[in-house]
Amino acid sequence: MAGQINNVGLIEVPMGITLREIIYEIGGGIKGGRQFKAVQTGGPSGGCLTAKHLDTAIDYDSLVAAGSMMGSGGMVVMDETSCMPAIAKFYLEFTCEESCGKCSPCRIGNKRLCEMLEKITDGRGTMEDLQELRNLAAVIKDTALCGLGQTSPNPVLSTLDNFWDEYVEHVVDKKCRAGVCKKLMRYEIDREKCIGCGKCAKGCPAEAITRTDYTAPGHKLASMVIDSEKCLKCGACIGGCKFGAISVK
Amino acid sequence: MINLTIDNKPVQVEEGTTILKAARQAGINIPTLCYFELNGMKFENKPGGCRVCVVEVKGRKNLAPACATDCMEGMEVFTHSARVINARKTVVELILSDHPNDCLQCEKNGDCELQALAKRLGIKEIPFKGAQSTYRKDATLSVERDMDKCVMCRRCETMCNKFQSVGALSGVNRGFQAVVAPAFEQNLGDSSCVNCGQCVQVCPVGALTLVDNIGDVMKAIADPTKKVVVQTAPAVRVALGEEFGMQPGEIVTGKMAAALRRLGFDYVFDTDWSADLTIMEEGTELLGRVKSFLAGDKNVKLPLFTSCCPGWVTFYEKNFPDLLDYPSTAKSPQQMFGAVAKNYFAQKIGVKREDLVVVSIMPCLAKKSECARDEFKVNGDPDVNFSLTTRELAHMIKQCNLDLNDMPEEDFDSPLGQSTGAAVIFGATGGVMEAAVRTAYEIYCGKPLPKIDLEAVRGIYGDSVRTATVDFNGLAVKVAICYGLSNARKLMEEVRNGNPNGYHFIEVMACPGGCIGGAGQPYHHGHSDIIQKRMEATYREDAGKPIRKSHENPDIIAIYKEYYGEPCGHLSHEQLHTHYFDKSDKIEATK
Repeated sequence: MAGQINNVGLIEVPMGITLREIIYEIGGGIKGGRQFKAVQTGGPSGGCLTAKHLDTAIDYDSLVAAGSMMGSGGMVVMDETSCMPAIAKFYLEFTCEESCGKCSPCRIGNKRLCEMLEKITDGRGTMEDLQELRNLAAVIKDTALCGLGQTSPNPVLSTLDNFWDEYVEHVVDKKCRAGVCKKLMRYEIDREKCIGCGKCAKGCPAEAITRTDYTAPGHKLASMVIDSEKCLKCGACIGGCKFGAISVK
Repeated sequence: MINLTIDNKPVQVEEGTTILKAARQAGINIPTLCYFELNGMKFENKPGGCRVCVVEVKGRKNLAPACATDCMEGMEVFTHSARVINARKTVVELILSDHPNDCLQCEKNGDCELQALAKRLGIKEIPFKGAQSTYRKDATLSVERDMDKCVMCRRCETMCNKFQSVGALSGVNRGFQAVVAPAFEQNLGDSSCVNCGQCVQVCPVGALTLVDNIGDVMKAIADPTKKVVVQTAPAVRVALGEEFGMQPGEIVTGKMAAALRRLGFDYVFDTDWSADLTIMEEGTELLGRVKSFLAGDKNVKLPLFTSCCPGWVTFYEKNFPDLLDYPSTAKSPQQMFGAVAKNYFAQKIGVKREDLVVVSIMPCLAKKSECARDEFKVNGDPDVNFSLTTRELAHMIKQCNLDLNDMPEEDFDSPLGQSTGAAVIFGATGGVMEAAVRTAYEIYCGKPLPKIDLEAVRGIYGDSVRTATVDFNGLAVKVAICYGLSNARKLMEEVRNGNPNGYHFIEVMACPGGCIGGAGQPYHHGHSDIIQKRMEATYREDAGKPIRKSHENPDIIAIYKEYYGEPCGHLSHEQLHTHYFDKSDKIEATK
């Protein structure tokens, strides 16, 4: 049991125990009192299950019926700070590394899945990409030669099924609600709150912050502004601002 | 027997039959890419890797590769359901997404199996964009490798390892970077490769192609200071027509001679002529060794191996350096022709040897490397300057606005043009053996051979190694023939172990069916019946020849009288024989 959970480690449980019992009783719940979002069971080829599956009994058949599998017996618990398209990409990167290269669906298909997920998490995706992603994932599952390729699209398919809205947000609204996909993040300075001290500009490694010619009422210095093109989304500015003027959108 | 349905059609097949073969039996042609079979010739590539042949089997969770799934009783197979068509198209789109798709400039344009597949599946665009796998380009004197085009079908690998037992090519790297290459990223030329080129013959795409020498030949023809002589190998005339829409097995000897003349060659000669010369030399050498053996010479090297096939020659130089005394020292017909042309013929027409350009038209890729060997050069001038393949000749004819179909029947020029039936059959497996027996018998026994046709050594199907015993006036001469270097390896190992079967003479050809199945021939795409038809044509041409024994060729008799004196004599040893080199370091390097 791993992930954003209070008690991580190796556990032995009887068949039939529910996900809820494992996560909240043995695992001690989600770290920092945050909200449970998903649990990936079965290793990289397994699927991501959601809150609605929490009362699923853990056995071979029930996990498959829910869209995941027993697999290696591993469980990775995720909270609202995890971005599901990014999680799918993470697992696909692993599969690409592991593919032997013998059959074309796994050799080329997983690479293309990974590239499409990258496009989506970079904010360059389209709704057609989502359709193509689902079709390709299904074809790889249907045609790959061995167990690796036949299960490698599971993280994609299960997140598409269970977190469709999150994919749509990445593609249509160009937003990552978990704040994980850096290319979708925007650091902004509230010009009314900014006192113009310039500390953020000094700390910015990309020299992305400059002074405007607007001085907010009650302040003596003109406010600062972030050039999104130059911004590396490193977060150095936020940490340095004592006035809470900088936020991530 | 097993009963199943394919696309709702009842089919009955033998146990162990794959869905692919059962479907073909039922008239349903499931597309394939990696799968490759030379039916009846013991060559099958079945990695199940491309997944193009996937079909739906009722009750099965995922799609099944038809090439690698055996039929089961009661199976219900669907080869064109929406699910199958979508999966098959998606798989081909994936393959195309990692392919240069430079079809217009590709050597395989029009002959490419991936191109044909994309057309057949109606692929109009490739929805996947992304990285391309790319590799270092490499070439030998015969074979060019552009692995950016490789589709990982593994046909070349199976050919190189299983059929030829050469082991130069194998799958390397993993995942997206997986490719077929020599070990340790060696150059192919530094590996155990023997340049047989069969990897090129079976490659479905343009990843493995021949080294094109058309430009060199065109340049020589255009040079007014050069006289250009061309020779054509026996196997070319039974295959060239295929490139011009003729049926496999159509004999185009006369049309080919006419086309060569129109291309601008000054003299159109025939390698068949020098094949007759080869028989005189090799047959005499065989008899010499047999006579010494019978006279009690314990050091005589028997069996004698043929040495016409340059793929085979390189193979034993690399793998059997301890047995270099066994093969005949007679040069191959290509090189004998070159030696005669550059010495005897150049002198006869009063041209300096360096102003005479000798071009050969061969069914072979290894011939390109053979003619570049140092021992076949005099002061850097090669006996044979350029070797073109049957495919290159076809390209050249087309480039020069000619159509073989429209050519009249013309004869070869004299004096290096007249040949016998014995020379013609050099092109097919067993042919050199049969031709040698026709001559050796009559020289040894001093009487006509009772039956000219040595049928026991003919044919491309059946036993891997064919043997026969010929009665030479009470002396039982034991012969063996094979094609495919893995079979040759077995025979060589037998010889290394003391030749327990007592063979006197062994013929080896590297390519399937002999030269008729050579790597320079029109692509057969796995249809062994094409090779069979070329073979039938070869024996038809032999049967139709007025003279069918090399020693009866009047031009051969004349050249011995006029120039060489006698077979295996001093001058012929100088010009028509060669020696072999230990090249085992190429193998050791990868051990």
